[in-house]
Amino acid sequence: MNWITNYVRPKINSILGRREVPENLWIKCPETGEMVFHNDLEENHFVIPASGFHMKMTAEARLKHMFDEGKYTVLPSPKVPQDPLKFRDSKKYSDRLRENRTKTGIEDSIVSAHGLVGDVEIVACVHDFAFMGGSLGIAAGEAIIQAFEAAIARNCPLVMFPASGGARMQEGILSLMQLPRTTVALQMLKEAGLPYIVVLTNPTTGGVSASYAMLGDIHIAEPGAEIGFAGKRVIEQTIREKLPEGFQTSEYLLEHGMIDMVVHRHDIPGTVARLLRIFLKLDAPAPVALPAPPIEPAPAEAAE
Amino acid sequence: MHTYLDFEKPIADLEGKILELRKLASEDESIDTGDEIARLETRARDATIDIYNKLNPWQKTQVARHPDRPHFNDYAKTLFDEFTPLAGDRKFAEDAAIQAGFARFRGQPVVVIGQEKGHDTKSRIHHNFGSARPEGYRKAIRVMELADRFGIPVITLVDTAGAYPGVGAEERGQAEAIARSTEICLNLRAPLISMIIGEGGSGGAIAIAVGNRVYMLEHSIYSVISPEGAASILWRDPTRARDAATAMKITAEDLRGLGIIDGIIREPAGGAHRDHESVISTAGDTIAKALEELSGRSGDELRAERRKKFLDIGRRIG
Repeated sequence: MNWITNYVRPKINSILGRREVPENLWIKCPETGEMVFHNDLEENHFVIPASGFHMKMTAEARLKHMFDEGKYTVLPSPKVPQDPLKFRDSKKYSDRLRENRTKTGIEDSIVSAHGLVGDVEIVACVHDFAFMGGSLGIAAGEAIIQAFEAAIARNCPLVMFPASGGARMQEGILSLMQLPRTTVALQMLKEAGLPYIVVLTNPTTGGVSASYAMLGDIHIAEPGAEIGFAGKRVIEQTIREKLPEGFQTSEYLLEHGMIDMVVHRHDIPGTVARLLRIFLKLDAPAPVALPAPPIEPAPAEAAE
Repeated sequence: MHTYLDFEKPIADLEGKILELRKLASEDESIDTGDEIARLETRARDATIDIYNKLNPWQKTQVARHPDRPHFNDYAKTLFDEFTPLAGDRKFAEDAAIQAGFARFRGQPVVVIGQEKGHDTKSRIHHNFGSARPEGYRKAIRVMELADRFGIPVITLVDTAGAYPGVGAEERGQAEAIARSTEICLNLRAPLISMIIGEGGSGGAIAIAVGNRVYMLEHSIYSVISPEGAASILWRDPTRARDAATAMKITAEDLRGLGIIDGIIREPAGGAHRDHESVISTAGDTIAKALEELSGRSGDELRAERRKKFLDIGRRIG
C-alpha cells in the first residue's frame, strides 16, 4: 500500500471509468451451469439467454438499460464524513472503501441519475451490489436523500432499484439511522404528489428492505430475487428447521401479497413508463412504443 | 437470589460474605458481626461503584440484557397510572412482544408503546423474549395513529434484541411492518418521546424509536446488529463479540458523541437492576421535562422538527 495504489490509481480509474471486466470472460449460469460469453450476456442485459436467470448488474449497466437510448445524467455524489467510527475488523474500513472505489469506479453503493424512461422524466436511484454488497451507510443514505430532493425539484417521479445486503455494519448506528433518514426523503416526495416506484432486485435484505425498499407506491420485482428482512441462516438457527422451498424469493413475496408484480428485466422500462404515464395522467404513448404487460409463469417450486 | 455477571465477582464475593455473617449472627446471638458487616458493606458499595464506573461496551451489553433489569411492564406499573393495554393489529393477530396502550403520566393522558421481554420462563415465552413479529409493529402503528388522531403524546420504551427472525414473520412482511412503523413515527403530529431502556436492537428497535427526543439509559445499548452478529459476520468469529461491541460504538456515551441521542438517564450504582424504583423515577423526570419542552408546539412543528432532527444526523460529523 502506498500513495500510488491508495490515491492515484483509484483516481485514474474513476476518471477513465474503467471497469475490471476482461473482454473474453465466460460466465456460468448459477442455475443451470451453462457457460455464456460475457459480451452476449451484456447484450442481453445480464439475463442468461437460455435459462432466463437474472444476474446482478452494475449501476452503470442498470442505468443504461433503464433510460431511453441509454442516455442519462448522473447526479453528483454527496460529500459525507468518511469512516466516522474509525472502524477496523480484519481490515481497516477506510482501506475497504478505497479498494471498493478502485474495483468499481464509483464513490459508494448508490448511483443516481435523471433522464427519460418511455419519454417520462424520472430520477433513478440504483444500488451497485459490487460496492460492499450494496450496503447502506451515510454516503448511500445521503445520496438517496439528494436523489429524492432532485426528483422533487424536477417535479418528477423517483424509481428505486435496491440491491443490497442491508445496513453497512462498519458505520454502526449511523448506518441504522439511514432507515428513518431515507424515509423522511420519500415522505417529502409522496407529499409533493409524486409517485415512488421500487424495483426490487437481487438481493434486497436487512435494513434496506425494512425502509425505502418496502415503502413504494408500487413494488415490482425481478424474477428470482432474494427479498427479505432476516437472513436465511439466522432464521434456520432460530427455528431449527428447514426453510420452505422458494422462501424469500420474488415469486414467494408475490404470493404473500408483499409485491405487486414480478417482471422480466427486459420489460421493466416499459412497465415503469406505462405505470408512470397513468400516475401522471399523461397521454398513452404511440401504439408501437411499449411492450404488452408481461405475464410471468410462476416457477415450479412456488406454484403449489 | 441475585444474578451476578462475570465481571461482578468482587461484588458477589463481598455480598456473599455479608450474607454468611448475617446467617451466623442470627444463629448465635453472642457473636457481634455489626462492625464487620458495615465494613464489608462499604467495601461492596465501593467495589460496585468502581466496577460500574469502568464498564466496557461488552460489559454494558450484559448489563443491558440483565434478567433483573426493569422491563416495559415495570415502567408501565410504576411510572404510569391507569395503563390500559390494547391488543391486536386488527389484521392477523395479537403480538405480546410489543405492549401498547393508553395511560396517564403524572396526570397527563399519554400512549405508551414498547417491547416487553418477560421476567420468567412463562412470561418470556408469552412475550417472545421481546422480539416482535409484524403484528407487533402493526399494533404499534394502529395505536400511534390513534394517539395522533386525538393529539395524545406517545412515549416509546425500547427493549429488544431485534425483530423476530421466523418464517411466518417473513411471510407476513416483517420488513414492510418495520418500514411502515418508522414511517408512522415520522408522520405523527403528536409529540413522540423514545427511550432505550435495555437493548436497542437494529430495525426492530428503530421502528418505534424515531422520536422528537431520544434518550438512552446509562447502561443500555443501541446498535445496527448485535455484537455477536457483527463478530460472526465481520470477524467470522462469534467469540469476538467484545471487539465488535467496542468497534461499533453502541453505548449511550458513544451515541451522544455521535449526536444521535438527546440525553443519558443515569442509573444507580450497580445498574438499573439493583434499584428499579430510582431509575424509573429518573426516567420519569426526563419524560416530564421533554413533554414540557414539546408542549405548546403545533402538530406541524412537531412533525417538521422530528424529520429535520433525523435528516441532520451525521451531517455535522467532522
